[in-house]
Amino acid sequence: MEFFLVTLLNSLSYGLLLFMLSSGLTLIFSMMGVLNFAHASFYMLGAYFAYQTSRYVGFWPALVIAPLAVAALGALTERYGLRTVHKYGHVAELLFTFGLAYTIEEVVHLIWGRAPVPYRIPEILEFSAFSIYSTQYPAYRVFMMLVSVAMLVGLYLVLTRSRIGMIIQASLTHPDMVQALGHNVPRVFMLVFAGGAALAGLAGVIGGNAFVTDPGMAVSVGTIVFVVVVFGGMGSLAGAFIASLIIGAVQTFSVAFDYSLLTLFGSIGIKVNPDSGWMELWKVTIAQAAPVLPYLLMVAMLIVRPKGLMGTREG
Amino acid sequence: MSVMFSWRRLLVWAATAAVMIVAPLVFTQGFAVSMLSQMGIAIIFALSYNMLLGQTGMLSFGHAVYFGLGAFFSAHALNAIGAGTFGWPVSLLPLIGGVAGLVFGVIFGYVTTKHSGTPFAMISLGIAEMVAACSLMFPSFFGGEGGISTDRVVGEAVMGITFGPSLQVYYLIAAWCFVCMIAMFALTQTPLGRMANAVRDNPERARFVGYNPTRVRFLMLSLAGFFAGIAGALEVINFELITAERLGTVASGNVLLMAFIGGIGHFYGPIIGAVLVTFLQSALSNYTQAWLLYFGLFFLVMILFAPGGIASLITLHKPVVQTRMLGRLALPYVAAAASAAVLMLGLVALVEMLYHIETKAEQVGTVMSLFGRQLDAATAQPWIVAAIILIAGGGLLAFVGRFVRSAWNDVTVAANQAKGA
Repeated sequence: MEFFLVTLLNSLSYGLLLFMLSSGLTLIFSMMGVLNFAHASFYMLGAYFAYQTSRYVGFWPALVIAPLAVAALGALTERYGLRTVHKYGHVAELLFTFGLAYTIEEVVHLIWGRAPVPYRIPEILEFSAFSIYSTQYPAYRVFMMLVSVAMLVGLYLVLTRSRIGMIIQASLTHPDMVQALGHNVPRVFMLVFAGGAALAGLAGVIGGNAFVTDPGMAVSVGTIVFVVVVFGGMGSLAGAFIASLIIGAVQTFSVAFDYSLLTLFGSIGIKVNPDSGWMELWKVTIAQAAPVLPYLLMVAMLIVRPKGLMGTREG
Repeated sequence: MSVMFSWRRLLVWAATAAVMIVAPLVFTQGFAVSMLSQMGIAIIFALSYNMLLGQTGMLSFGHAVYFGLGAFFSAHALNAIGAGTFGWPVSLLPLIGGVAGLVFGVIFGYVTTKHSGTPFAMISLGIAEMVAACSLMFPSFFGGEGGISTDRVVGEAVMGITFGPSLQVYYLIAAWCFVCMIAMFALTQTPLGRMANAVRDNPERARFVGYNPTRVRFLMLSLAGFFAGIAGALEVINFELITAERLGTVASGNVLLMAFIGGIGHFYGPIIGAVLVTFLQSALSNYTQAWLLYFGLFFLVMILFAPGGIASLITLHKPVVQTRMLGRLALPYVAAAASAAVLMLGLVALVEMLYHIETKAEQVGTVMSLFGRQLDAATAQPWIVAAIILIAGGGLLAFVGRFVRSAWNDVTVAANQAKGA
């Protein structure tokens, strides 16, 4: 029970972090039809910017400065990169963000090196918030959840209650009509792109020190975020939310289980020939298979329901 | 396309074959043969990738999966040949890799080709990640970190060919490369190849004339897997080692870069891309640690300014050359190249100094040599000079760019008039 509760909380904080990334990706995708490959690179830049600024001014200003800096980069990317290649079609846009991700990773190598940087959680949050049975639950994890939930509520309010949110929602489905009503739709696109980048940057700020800040973080998180978006259904925010929590739980829980198919065969009474060539497959534990599980889930979802959990459109 | 046989086409293929035969006799340096072998492998791989992206419009981020799996299966087959448990000539090993690539193309293709466009791209990435993660779970097949090593000199020598010397390996690769090039080109002329183009351009109308786009995509992906597997097997013969890295997403990204830089709109584009990228990768990596960065920037510049790749630039200049007006563009082009060189000089200086401080300063100090000059990267002066050069180059390029554009417009208008007249 104790293990279950602690892992559940961990998976919740991780799942919320995934949603911060997948929500921006989903918004950008449904608005511009562009799958932003560099989205996880913005997450990585958020972590590195926060590390760099927190060395001079501390964690709290960095919590604001780093996402804003990432948002500025996002706006520049949209204005001078994506808008230029837009006329060449979606493949060129996708490839542009792919090349950007590639280049950002190399720039990070160049500036901060290949080893992880010592980006730590602030001392003021280094205490245990509460204890579950005998486990002390770290306050920083609670802080992560609070920031994520605050962001979630803020995003919801902005999208549904504010004027700019209305314009964004209208531009999703009827960009020409919004343009005709006198709104600057390209600027709305730039704003959404910058906002999505800022969310990814914020996720990097609070996730980089909870996990690890190294040049590989963009690739490792990026592919998981893609799985989340496909699993939840392309372009659906609600789907992305549910998928984030599910994939977060799958990833967090699976690393803790040492059961393999061999254990299963043993418990239902099947004898396995230990010299069999399949032995290596039977012996793989869930913990060892953890990195593959999200992808298997995705493939299974595609076979059963190709448009994803809550998706409305099919490729 | 009613002309099945044309002398011109035969001439092009004969010239290609001649270049492939003569190349190792011209470039005789030690590393040249090895590089030529890698180019041959890269050509097959990039062309097979273009069957998806260029011909069927499927952007795949996981094509190295078929290359890598083909390579692993042929590495195990080669080891079995060496152990005497499997009788098969080494020169036909690529067929085993090809069949392995085909089988996995059929399996993964069944799942992925139900989609097209962006969802297909993401799913191909997911499949690639899945296979890469699996490769660490099954060390007896994938060899863990060290990979599977093998020995290509096995069995009886046929007519004195043992595949010991690298020149013999080059000619084996060249022969396979030539056969695959012809096969893939012939495929573009078949009804399937034509329907692939139709599915790329307008799947709805392709369905309207009675073809199932999913089926066309599935067939093209399976066949592309076959050719990628052949390339993988040749890689095993060439290096006698295959690691799980070769089926990862970095390798998939690499083949995408090759095809795109060469030009996905033309059959010969990926060939140019494979040769150029392989050359740049081995040449640049000898000189600088930052070559991946330069490479990424090069790719971004290509997408922004020449999304059709090098092949499309060649096509664009065809009417200009035919009407003998290339001379009018010479001056603007030279000026643009000169200002681009200034820009690059500044950029390279900044990047190299940063890299030096980041990676080498602790061991050898901050003094470094750059473009044949000694400088201290810890002082401000070289940074300021490099920044000024960079900004000056950028300004110059922006200025010259206008002239290039207007000269280009004049020339194309004149070329069209000359043609029309």
